[in-house]
Amino acid sequence: MFWNKEVETIDRKALEQLQFKKLSAALRSAASTPFYKKVFKDNNVSVEKVTSLDHLKDLPFTSKADLRLSYPDGMVAVPRSDIVRLHASSGTTGKSTVIFYTAKDIADWADLLARSMMATGTTRDDVFQNMMGYGLFTGGLGLHYGAERLGCMVIPASSGNSLKQIQLMQDFRTTVIHITPSYALHLGDVVAEQGLYTPDLGVKKAYLGAEPYSEETRNKIQEQWGLQAYNSYGLSEMNGPGVAFECELKNGMHLWEDFYIMEIINPDTGERLPDGEAGELVITHINREAMPIIRYRTRDLTRIIPEQCPCGRTHRRIERIKGRTDDMLIVGGVNVFPSQIESVLMKIPEVGNNYQIVLDRHENLDRLHIRVELYSKMFQGDMEGLNRLKKKLVEELKALITVNPRIELLEPGSLPPSTGKAVRVIDNRKI
Amino acid sequence: MPQQISIFAENKPGKIERISGILGRNNINMRAITIADSGDYGIIKILVDRPVDGCKALKDEGIAATLKEIVAVRIDDSPGGLHRAASVLSKNDINVDDAYGFTIRGSHEAVFVFQVKDIKKTEKVLQEAGFSLLWDNELYFL
Repeated sequence: MFWNKEVETIDRKALEQLQFKKLSAALRSAASTPFYKKVFKDNNVSVEKVTSLDHLKDLPFTSKADLRLSYPDGMVAVPRSDIVRLHASSGTTGKSTVIFYTAKDIADWADLLARSMMATGTTRDDVFQNMMGYGLFTGGLGLHYGAERLGCMVIPASSGNSLKQIQLMQDFRTTVIHITPSYALHLGDVVAEQGLYTPDLGVKKAYLGAEPYSEETRNKIQEQWGLQAYNSYGLSEMNGPGVAFECELKNGMHLWEDFYIMEIINPDTGERLPDGEAGELVITHINREAMPIIRYRTRDLTRIIPEQCPCGRTHRRIERIKGRTDDMLIVGGVNVFPSQIESVLMKIPEVGNNYQIVLDRHENLDRLHIRVELYSKMFQGDMEGLNRLKKKLVEELKALITVNPRIELLEPGSLPPSTGKAVRVIDNRKI
Repeated sequence: MPQQISIFAENKPGKIERISGILGRNNINMRAITIADSGDYGIIKILVDRPVDGCKALKDEGIAATLKEIVAVRIDDSPGGLHRAASVLSKNDINVDDAYGFTIRGSHEAVFVFQVKDIKKTEKVLQEAGFSLLWDNELYFL
């Protein structure tokens, strides 16, 4: 099923022409922003000289650090009054990365998600229960708008509260869910605990996203729920969900090339790799008025599947994300960098400089443990002080990373010293 | 003002062994020991004959230890002995944070050792009610 057959099955040549036209516009728009004005000047980039798609590979990359540098609005290309929304993800050092949208950007994004959902066979007759967090995170509102655009009945359930989720599914006959894979497994267990048989709930499709998972996990979710689960890919810098989506054939995610230009690079050299080779995904957003982003380094590792998909769509597919080129952790769907945790620990004098981040999965939910050493000189000798310290650590960390950590206070000297190759992150989760 | 050693310890086997070993090697004698536990970790509180030396010996071994001021009051080693002292505290609205007690060998007396927020006030009200407080050396060398 096609939402926009003409665009989705456009021939490659016409697609490339369209991409070039949109790229030129995006570059002109970018050149008007304080951030790119400087970057283009520093790198001797002249927008007029980009006369073919191939020239893109000579332009400088944009990184997450650049987004922070240009905080809050150094990459904005439209007047403030044209902006209708922002989304943000937590930054590595406390400063968020913020993405802005005009009314057209929101409408186009919704349209792209309607296209994505329809590619999996979802129609206006479906009931869509959205179990991703609403708010600054793009996962909730992104698919919400897409499903409404498609004409589904949307249940904006947001995440958590399992019994309520099950009740909503039963009462409104939910057919499609949007959920993190770990929560899908957990919720399936809760359904069983309630004495219900998961397939009886009648959910037919699940869109899985926001955290890495394996093909085995997908199969497990499909079996447990008796549904079809589809992979999706997105990141807030590129709007949010809907950058790439699986079609009904479930064999790689179509990256929507009329909105995005993708490249695969060698993460060490920055050199562009041919189709089919694995490397870091780099994306240029060519369909956003408020905030064009050129050659964004996603840090996600994947490869382009060169062969055309039998579904008829000409937009190339990417494989499921194989990993990251940085140390970003995904905990319950939330992006967490060890450096964020470190920045909190370093400003609390009662704890030492050594720490360990331990991740495990309990009843299919991620648990984040942070093990820190008490700093001898700051020990006051009373339990109240220790409990207060623990509470302060939890609160400060939760405020920054939004995940609720469990703090383990250790005796001084119990963790490996910070010099050399200290193992800071111990991930016991199996994905 | 008498002091006890308070030690931060993870809730794991071998902790008391290590601490008592260090104190023993440094020829420091223990009068009383108690542990306040809070799941993963706890605070071990020890009354010793030489608290400053004991605390330093522990710290030198990398242990998070500190000296904590306490109140030690002499009570009768007979039914109702503690109750009489506790009544004085309660009448004066003094909350006991943490406490332990022991009897004195060869006497009919016991010692009630405790932590409070306002030590000066506590000492004052107990003395005014006729209780005898134990000061540093009296307590350490009982």
